[in-house]
Amino acid sequence: MENYDLVIIGGGPAGLAAAISAKDNGIDNILIIERDKELGGILNQCIHNGFGLHTFKEELTGPEYASRYIDMALERKIPYKLNTMVMDISEDKTVTAMNHEDGMFEIKAKAIILAMGCRERSRGALNIPGYRPAGIYSAGTAQRLVNMEGYMPGKEVVILGSGDIGLIMARRMTLEGAKVKVVAELMPYSGGLKRNIVQCLNDFDIPLKLSHTVVDIEGKERVKAVTIAQVGPDRKPIPGTEERYTCDTLLLSCGLIPENELSRGAGVKMSPVTSGPIVNESLETNIEGVFACGNVLHVHDLVDYVSQEAATAGKNAAAYIKGERSNSGEKEIPITCEGGVRYTVPSSLRPALMDEKLTVRFRVGDVYKGKALCLYYNDKLILKKKRPVMAPGEMEQLDLKKEDLLNTPDLSKVTIRIEEA
Amino acid sequence: MVKELTCINCPLGCSLTVTLEGDKVTEVKGNTCPRGEAYAKKEVTNPTRIVTSTVRVAGGTKEMINVKTEKDIPKGLIFDVAGALKGVTVSAPVAIGDIILKDVCGTGVNIIAAGNVPLR
Amino acid sequence: MYDAVIIGAGVIGSAIARELSRFDLNICVIEKDEDVCNGTSKANSAIIHAGFDAVPGTLKARFNVLGNRMMDTISKELDIPFKRCGSLVTCLKGQDRSELEKLLKRGEENGVTGLKILNRDEILEIEPGVSDEVEFALFAPTGGIVCPFNMTIAYAENAFTNGVNFMLNTEVTNITKENDHYKINTLNHEDGNKDVLETKLVINAAGVYADKLNNMVSERKLHITARKGEYLLLDKEAGSTVSHTIFQLPGVMGKGVLVTPTVHGNLLVGPTATDIEDKEGVNTTAEGLERVSKMSGLSVKNVPLRQVITSFAGLRAHEDSDDFIIGEAPDAKGFINVAGIESPGLSSAPSIGVYVSELVEEMLKPNKKADFNPIRKGILNPETLTLEERNKLIKEKPAYGNIICRCEMVTEGEIIDAITRPLGARSLDAIKRRTRAGMGRCQAGFCSPRSMEILQRETGMSIYKIGKNGPGSEFVVGKNKEI
Repeated sequence: MENYDLVIIGGGPAGLAAAISAKDNGIDNILIIERDKELGGILNQCIHNGFGLHTFKEELTGPEYASRYIDMALERKIPYKLNTMVMDISEDKTVTAMNHEDGMFEIKAKAIILAMGCRERSRGALNIPGYRPAGIYSAGTAQRLVNMEGYMPGKEVVILGSGDIGLIMARRMTLEGAKVKVVAELMPYSGGLKRNIVQCLNDFDIPLKLSHTVVDIEGKERVKAVTIAQVGPDRKPIPGTEERYTCDTLLLSCGLIPENELSRGAGVKMSPVTSGPIVNESLETNIEGVFACGNVLHVHDLVDYVSQEAATAGKNAAAYIKGERSNSGEKEIPITCEGGVRYTVPSSLRPALMDEKLTVRFRVGDVYKGKALCLYYNDKLILKKKRPVMAPGEMEQLDLKKEDLLNTPDLSKVTIRIEEA
Repeated sequence: MVKELTCINCPLGCSLTVTLEGDKVTEVKGNTCPRGEAYAKKEVTNPTRIVTSTVRVAGGTKEMINVKTEKDIPKGLIFDVAGALKGVTVSAPVAIGDIILKDVCGTGVNIIAAGNVPLR
Repeated sequence: MYDAVIIGAGVIGSAIARELSRFDLNICVIEKDEDVCNGTSKANSAIIHAGFDAVPGTLKARFNVLGNRMMDTISKELDIPFKRCGSLVTCLKGQDRSELEKLLKRGEENGVTGLKILNRDEILEIEPGVSDEVEFALFAPTGGIVCPFNMTIAYAENAFTNGVNFMLNTEVTNITKENDHYKINTLNHEDGNKDVLETKLVINAAGVYADKLNNMVSERKLHITARKGEYLLLDKEAGSTVSHTIFQLPGVMGKGVLVTPTVHGNLLVGPTATDIEDKEGVNTTAEGLERVSKMSGLSVKNVPLRQVITSFAGLRAHEDSDDFIIGEAPDAKGFINVAGIESPGLSSAPSIGVYVSELVEEMLKPNKKADFNPIRKGILNPETLTLEERNKLIKEKPAYGNIICRCEMVTEGEIIDAITRPLGARSLDAIKRRTRAGMGRCQAGFCSPRSMEILQRETGMSIYKIGKNGPGSEFVVGKNKEI
């Protein structure tokens, strides 16, 4: 069995940034395992621009952003295996993987970084009634067909869900000659970025219907029509509001789910809110030496934040491997979320093991206008930050300072809460 | 003339009302910050966009390559620019920044590769 | 001239074809869809019933019990995943225990062995997943679960390798009797060609359309109603919610739904029962799915409905007489009906296959084939191999080292096998039914473009012909910018 200091599962933006950071922090014996035929992950099919504003102060396309990190990994000569599927991770950090050259093989790792990304919510999981013809695609599948294979999955399109991939695909399909008739969104607000609504829908006069959902799919072989209806506050369709759209394609952009089957198999504890691992300040899971970052941890809106988070995971994994981080019974302080904050990553912290600054990322459960984000150490208000608007589709973050935490006597909890401004 | 816009600078998404006299902006209302005003002025007088797309590659490790306009082009030309790529096939290898199409639709802007496709 | 034409390549038609392939006969199976197992056989409860439900003396009772007994042999010969997981009919607080006794008595009369009524403690010992309301249950150890796709496809493949001809994408438009034989008019859905076949015998195994075919030649009219059943399929993570098939006694909310593990480790909940007009009406409805969700909780505790990965509907072929109709139409010699095969049809398929082949044997007195091979090998599942075996396989055939469907861990090797074997897959659904690629939690989001590519490469099919489920269901409509 081959031994590695660090095995990184996934060669997308998270895996690449984690590997680069680990290498820069002194770890040489690294292996990135990627299931696709190239590094870069889902960025390779995201050919729109807007990536990298925070990291590179430029608007890059997905492949451009990916290539920057791929180049950094190649410069550092970080080993990787392509077309390789990880089949199993055991609690003792043995990774079983398979490809067509090496067959099925086991490797032993001192530390593992989980960076497998996420998948799209399927039609089945949405429980949309109707027929099951061809022509129903998750937005990402359509994106792959159009952008990677060069084929159009349909001519007349209805989109359910106003997540960013759905919005991006509305524009993409339009520019390639399709007619996008409507985007329906179950919630009273869009899950996508404002910029995408303007530049992907408004630019092309594509209507966005909030508080609407698909109530019927017609067509036995191929989609022939889709009926949408308005929903009430209970998100149930309101009879009499049905509108039928003839179309040959229904794209679904209804949320992303971290892909944690491997993590669960290894015994990693999951958060029911994020569907990702529960991690501490080091982005370390309940299994010592197993770290997580990127969309497998929680779904991000911006790849820049994925890269930042992954770099933190890589650095902490390096420290763990080098034995710089003794787990000598440091108490884990829980980070609790209240008043509309749905979760935080991380969900606990050990001040002594932190860097000088810890970025805590989270999402809110509703649209909040003119409120404030408040940070408490025990019951002491540390920070009150006015936020003109917060929405579930936009990840929020607060920076916690190590010094402040260490200076709080008997620190037993950290709280993040939405309050009146 | 009065135009309604949604500001894209932040999630707030202010509804902007822009008053024009001829092609000169006389008033912007509804914005919360100065960025909104700047956006509104640009958007009503000279709206521009980056256009991204894909074209086929011959002899490469991939079928398609990501391409984009090197700079913003006028919003009104989006479809013309996309259409200009119809039937375009490039030969591998292609690297980020390679010019795919010069001066697309007379905009003075080149279409460049936004991905790498090595030889098969 | 064919000796026999079987209309319909569902589990019944395929089982009959396989049993008839033991004889020196010229046989053809005609199927209107692009693949075998595309109607009722693909959308049902996937249960091998013990046989206590049908009224003693009916064909349903007889063939169910016989079929159930045959499953051990058939599943071995044809390499079909089958498990006798046992079933429980639950009786809730306030329900009449004597209903269980009636079922027990009925079952014993039908010849079902091992039936037993259990009290709550006894139930909890073998099935801790039942709801708090369950007081008693009828336990049937012979009840089982099967992969209905595999079962149908295995029968068809074995028939094919033993010389039966299959005409797929071919619809029967008319049947006429000519003196001592029949003329069958057909329409090919792929190329639009019309054709006429001649055959001594017709075996009508056309599922919900069996009445239509019967009524073309017989004055003894049949009437089949399509009875829709809606189901929810749950993720494998929910597969261990129960370990037996859990039925419900009919209650105040009407006929119950079942909750069962599937042979592949998922959890299946359903069905509803709604009579509909449209014989192709396999759409699910909001009401139906909600009913299934609600009802499942009556007998099973904590059904994790958040883990639904897909929903589907199937149509049972319910004949007005309420029993199977098997045998020669009284006024149409040589026209054998196998009609009204609703539940327990899947369980009865093995015995119906044998019975119908005996009918044919009597009529045509054929010779047995010396070279009949009863064995069919299923698609090799690498997960069943040892590490050494698996690595040897990958060395020989590297495609077995490429995972295509990451949810179900299906390799390229298995997909190639599904495409290149007898009656090979020509659509993504056909690949799915044979290999499970695309059947997992992402519902083919990731693997469909890759499966399309493999299908195109292995068959030379045009990308524009590759569909979900035959002509009209193609996935792509043109190249970018050229639609």
